[in-house]
Amino acid sequence: MSSASGTNSASKPASTRAKPANKAEAAVDWVDGRVGIYSLAKANLRKIFPDHWSFMLGEICLYSFIIIILTGVYLTLFFTPSMGETVYHGSYLPLNGIRMSEAYASTLNISFEIRGGLLIRQIHHWAALVFVAAMLVHMMRVFFTGAFRKPREINWVFGFLLLVLGMFDGFFGYSLPDDLLSGTGIRFMEGAILAVPLVGTYIQMFLFGGEFPGHDIIPRFFTIHVLLIPGIMLGLLVAHLILVFYHKHTQWAGPGKTEKNVVGMPLMPVYMAKAGGFFFLVFGIIAAISAIATINPIWSVGPYRPDQVSTDAQPDWYMGFSEGLIRIMPGWEISVWGGHTLNLGVMVPLAVFPLVLVAIAIWPFIESWVTGDKREHHILDRPRNAPVRTAFGAAWISLYLILLVGGGNDLFATHLHLSINTITYAVRVGFFVVPVLTFIVTKRWCLGLQRRDKDKVLHGRESGIIKRLPHGEFIEVHTPLAQKDLHTLTAHEQPQPLELPAETDENGVARKAGVITKTRVKLSEGFYGEGNQIAKPTTEEYHEITSGHGHH
Amino acid sequence: MSHDMSENLPEAHDASHGTDVATHGDPFADPGLPAHEPRRTDIDERAAQRAERQVSLMFVVSMLATVGFIASYASIDADKIVYIFPLGHVSALNFALGMTLGVALFCIGAGAVHWARTLMSDHELPAERHPIEADDDVRNDVIEQFKTGAAESGFGRRKLIRNTLFGSLALVPLSGVVLLRDLGPLPEKKLLHTGWVEAEPSKPLRLVNMNTDQPMKAEDIVQGSLTFAKPEGLEESDEDFQQQIAKDALMLVRIAPEDIKDAKSRDKGFEGILAYSKICTHVGCPISLYEQQTHHALCPCHQSTFDLADGARVIFGPAGHPLPQLKITTDEQGFLVATGDFDEPVGPSYWERPR
Repeated sequence: MSSASGTNSASKPASTRAKPANKAEAAVDWVDGRVGIYSLAKANLRKIFPDHWSFMLGEICLYSFIIIILTGVYLTLFFTPSMGETVYHGSYLPLNGIRMSEAYASTLNISFEIRGGLLIRQIHHWAALVFVAAMLVHMMRVFFTGAFRKPREINWVFGFLLLVLGMFDGFFGYSLPDDLLSGTGIRFMEGAILAVPLVGTYIQMFLFGGEFPGHDIIPRFFTIHVLLIPGIMLGLLVAHLILVFYHKHTQWAGPGKTEKNVVGMPLMPVYMAKAGGFFFLVFGIIAAISAIATINPIWSVGPYRPDQVSTDAQPDWYMGFSEGLIRIMPGWEISVWGGHTLNLGVMVPLAVFPLVLVAIAIWPFIESWVTGDKREHHILDRPRNAPVRTAFGAAWISLYLILLVGGGNDLFATHLHLSINTITYAVRVGFFVVPVLTFIVTKRWCLGLQRRDKDKVLHGRESGIIKRLPHGEFIEVHTPLAQKDLHTLTAHEQPQPLELPAETDENGVARKAGVITKTRVKLSEGFYGEGNQIAKPTTEEYHEITSGHGHH
Repeated sequence: MSHDMSENLPEAHDASHGTDVATHGDPFADPGLPAHEPRRTDIDERAAQRAERQVSLMFVVSMLATVGFIASYASIDADKIVYIFPLGHVSALNFALGMTLGVALFCIGAGAVHWARTLMSDHELPAERHPIEADDDVRNDVIEQFKTGAAESGFGRRKLIRNTLFGSLALVPLSGVVLLRDLGPLPEKKLLHTGWVEAEPSKPLRLVNMNTDQPMKAEDIVQGSLTFAKPEGLEESDEDFQQQIAKDALMLVRIAPEDIKDAKSRDKGFEGILAYSKICTHVGCPISLYEQQTHHALCPCHQSTFDLADGARVIFGPAGHPLPQLKITTDEQGFLVATGDFDEPVGPSYWERPR
């Protein structure tokens, strides 16, 4: 830039725009001059949000996360993250005179002495449960509707990381009070770390600052729980939301909705009121639940002692599937390389644990590789129109549930009066059988629903009116669908499976397909091949049936 | 996309944004956004005013609830317990604070949502999407700029700088890993021994009852009972009590000697009293459930089940090896003592654990 033009512009009047109408406008003008909010607001103030109830699931995640942070800060003001020993003298008489850690004593203090402390503790824990549950359900929504497809794969991975971090932060969180149950959970973690080959004992010594339990684990968990993991999560969360904003929401197929638009109502005022109000709804409901239903009554089990345990010892439900894996695994322990011990009974479940998670994390990449689809997708798939994906998701959930049964086998045994051994054997079989059965059933179910859609498009909706024809035949009158319904039911795409390239190229030279290409073609056949989707009704079919030339 | 040119006519254009008209030719074509249907509050001012009052009522209830919250905080004692059906006996303060806070927050949310649903405009508007990917011009321009920058840095030309930079960047995070070393001591042989290592044939260590803190004689152990013990000299007030008891905890079981199936196990005991480690060999939970008739002990964490009459062999569950057994005898006063440590490490197994 030349200095002359600089002087020129400086000599011009600063702005040609109208004087601010009032003080508020003047204040916003002032901010705009520093951070440029007008251009930011121009793009976003009337940004369009589509409306669908399932979009609330992600909002529940966000709001419960905020509630967790707010209540968590409150709790840190009163909690003492220390394993220093103390003798309890407080208002909870059954534990008076009992030796315990300062962490446990301060948790009792929060629960019984600090006015409102119990409520905040309960809100914190309930919100954490709601957070993880909402993340899982939100993830299912995104998965089953195909909302993870391009351009949203990265956001799927961010969301996945948030789920995993949330689960682990939950584990660290409920370990902090140092009660009998949480101490047992930490002992489990220690045993799991020791099962790591080669470096297990080193990681254990470094993490615990010596032998189990030592003096360091609670303060270290505290730092991880309140600082390290929430910090990472906050970063991921912001990135997640920025991407949601940038991509704009997905929408269901319907009249006027295309891949190139987004139909809905503007951020200001409708979504500010709806989403902002929804935060208070979520907070209000969690507060009421916390007033009514006790969660994690740490005083009922007493302080942690490594030689004591309570029955029903199990983690919060979201860690239940790892607990299920560890409970159903046979106790294989082998000797390798002369005298070294490989604890397969613990190692294998802990290797399967991340694999189960990673399978779902990389699904968007598997699917796009198999289909070869490189386009952007903003219109959602109805789950029935992607039978293989839906069946995979259902199989995954069934595996999760069967492992949850394994993780709570003692509860199932006592409540249903069954043998715990029988339940464990059943879960062992179920681990392999149930996901396969679920896959088959779900896929057939989807195909059945596709057939029904096709029938509805071609023959209309059953009206319930029975008509007698002149020659005596009874028929049910079918009402043809409105155009918007016809469009909605036929708007989905039906990709065709990939085909192997010709065995010889145009010059007649032999061209062999590699293993990878063959696998890909096979998988693609599995996704979209014959028997894996029902062909959509075509315009010709529709016209032929509705033209009234002796059909039905 | 339909090829019917008539859709470009003004009236057809309007229709595609409004009414639900059939598109000739393609029965499945997109008929466009449906017409806006007014709500009751859009056309009936009295309904709108009623909605306004409802919204305000909710905000007022919220205000009252907040006042109730503060009043509860100030007036209810923290240790007051009340009976509320169907919850049972609950903390009055917790219940009052939670319910008032819940109502105060919920009503703000309900009011805002009701306002948005009844009184704010509900016209659906379409907004355009733009492809996320840049067009070719931008793409080529950026790549050109990057190439210029890269060329000016000499990054590709001066390979020595590039490779050593990669090397240094790869190595520097190691400093962070190394700094973690002082988090804890090295494992050495720490996991190999327990507190019973103090016991020697010349200086035996008495078994002390965990509940009474008294040394035990053989006749104190009733057949078919499970007794928990710790080494003499280990006090609950000791600095490292938790760490010690995590390894030293014993369970004593008395079984009629002829019922003991494992001869080696019988020899380690005293008149049918067997001392097993209480720490499960799976992941280290203490074993606490004992079945008198079968002499089976079960860990409540993951249900590993051990047959105490058969050398604590694993008969069910995920544990990988039997519970270690401590050799016991009696001293001259008749008290149960240990004359040495366990033969093998107690608790969960690990890589260096000898087998």
